[in-house]
Amino acid sequence: MERPLLVEMEAHARETYPDECCGFLLGPLPSPAEDDFRPVDELVRAQNDFDGERRRRFLIRPEELRDLERRTEREGRAVVGFYHSHPDHPARPSLFDQEHAWPWYAYIVLSVNGGEAAGLGAFELDPESATFHEIPIRAVESIASPSRVAGG
Amino acid sequence: MPKATVKVPTPLRPLTGGLSEVALEGSTVGGVIRSLADGNPGLKRHLFTAEGRLRNFVTVYLNDEDIRYLEREATPLKEGDIVSIVPAVAGGTPDSAADRSGTSKLSEFAPVAEETFSREDLRRYSRHLLLPEVGVAGQRKLRKAKVLLVGAGGLGSPTALYLAAAGVGEIGLVDYDVVDLSNLQRQVLYTSADVGRPKLLAAKERLEALNPGTRVVPYEQPFTSTNALEILRPYDIVVDGTDNFPTRYLVNDASVLLGKPNVYGSIYRFEGQVSVFDAQRGPCYRCLYPEPPPPDLVPSCAEAGVLGVLPGIVGVLQATETVKLILGKGDPLIGRLLLYDALGLTFRELKLHKNPHCVLCSAHATQKGLIDYPAFCGVPAVGAPTPSGNVPKVTPEELAAELASPDPPFLVDVREPEEWAIVHLPGAHLIPKDELPERVDELTRAQSLVVYCRAGTRSADATRLLLDLGFSNVRSLAGGINAWAQKVDPSLPQY
Repeated sequence: MERPLLVEMEAHARETYPDECCGFLLGPLPSPAEDDFRPVDELVRAQNDFDGERRRRFLIRPEELRDLERRTEREGRAVVGFYHSHPDHPARPSLFDQEHAWPWYAYIVLSVNGGEAAGLGAFELDPESATFHEIPIRAVESIASPSRVAGG
Repeated sequence: MPKATVKVPTPLRPLTGGLSEVALEGSTVGGVIRSLADGNPGLKRHLFTAEGRLRNFVTVYLNDEDIRYLEREATPLKEGDIVSIVPAVAGGTPDSAADRSGTSKLSEFAPVAEETFSREDLRRYSRHLLLPEVGVAGQRKLRKAKVLLVGAGGLGSPTALYLAAAGVGEIGLVDYDVVDLSNLQRQVLYTSADVGRPKLLAAKERLEALNPGTRVVPYEQPFTSTNALEILRPYDIVVDGTDNFPTRYLVNDASVLLGKPNVYGSIYRFEGQVSVFDAQRGPCYRCLYPEPPPPDLVPSCAEAGVLGVLPGIVGVLQATETVKLILGKGDPLIGRLLLYDALGLTFRELKLHKNPHCVLCSAHATQKGLIDYPAFCGVPAVGAPTPSGNVPKVTPEELAAELASPDPPFLVDVREPEEWAIVHLPGAHLIPKDELPERVDELTRAQSLVVYCRAGTRSADATRLLLDLGFSNVRSLAGGINAWAQKVDPSLPQY
């Protein structure tokens, strides 16, 4: 991820505290050959549309994702994952997160303790076992062309 | 039947051979989606519940309309319709009553793959897993923990063995010594075949043989003011198993500056001490011992001898406290000094208090970094005289005789109130050394004064000061109240 985006994500999480924030991770269309790092070069904030306690739950309206995917399809890019925050809880996915997760997407969970950013983690759902495994986040100055990033 | 295009969301494309859209025949929306999922259990699982209904968090659009506002799966299709499957993105924090307090049980979290235990580890740690106070959650904490042991000798040996056995993830060892035959009377980490080898080489082999899951990081160098902070920084807890005062003060100061708990243990002949110094929750080592004893009063194990079994129990007590700190269970020895006497087989406990004027850990702290510890402890540069070595002294036995006489000397205690609370001589007058200059009027110049402190260093300085201020009859109690407790009144605790 580009370093400024990490800062931006944390800012979003702090702003919405004590409610959960949520948003999209966008990047170049990953080609099937690359399975190293998935580049993220854009964040789009989403509305937490959960009808109820937004301190503990978040919901992104499907229309938002649908519209964003239409735009990214036109641009040759993709929604590569989502981020959301856990107010006063660790930066790890909950069982609820897991039950609603999809494979392939990157899920970033940010912890906000008492209004202060307290770390984040990235996770991917293993399609076979339907459980999360942690994936590393690498902060870079800028995302170059996908091939350069994958080369490492 | 009309043909529709089903747009496949990115995460499901691996299941459709990479296709982003699939053309299918069907009369209803539900029909085409079912065709898509037929024969594809992966797709089925993501799109349908076990009962065969479209999952709650899958939204399906017919062209631009959410089918929930149409006829759901029964919505009829026309030729050329586009059916889009869009995952709804939802999540949240764990459900539990404990939520309100801001803590949640580990079981509320999705198990993250690399944190699960292998079958072999589940067997290895089974006796831990069976304890409610440990369990899988506790064993995970142990595996995540990083503990630095300063000293891999008498105390470090049992501590390292038991921490490795317990499944501590990373153990750092600081020691640059070579195994000597005389070590084997108590340093159970080593074998006869190791004599002559560097300790850390042998230690790493032995610990990794006991538990290959424990990462042993050797620091084969002296622990000094130049490297202490860098070495300690990545660790959670430091265990002080050193054998000299300069290093003890260094370990303490570094741990206070970095905010890490210091599990302290020390041994001398037949006696041991254990405590946990955590400046954020209680006193640090300096609150208890603001100044080191005069170097000539501090024999090492080599000079004074030590009962071989003694460091065994003290080291394991240190390992016990370390495990408790990692698990967050039980009452650690914070603010408590455990005194062990092997000969009498007694355990005693002294209450320790944070020194409100501690130069290192109090609100009035003046020391902000590491200092020159050998100089602090008066380990002399060769030939340099110790500053207050030449004051008039009195031995404990002599003082005892004088106190029993018709004209006893006036006793001045120059320690801190916290030390007074631990033990003091009856009839003594407490004037902490730093307050002496302003409170000198409380003393009469005519009377014979005997000044004492814990081990004799401070009282020597105070005696020098009083002599300089014109008091003619002042003496310092050699060896301090500890020597008094040793030689005259063993009912008093030594600390």
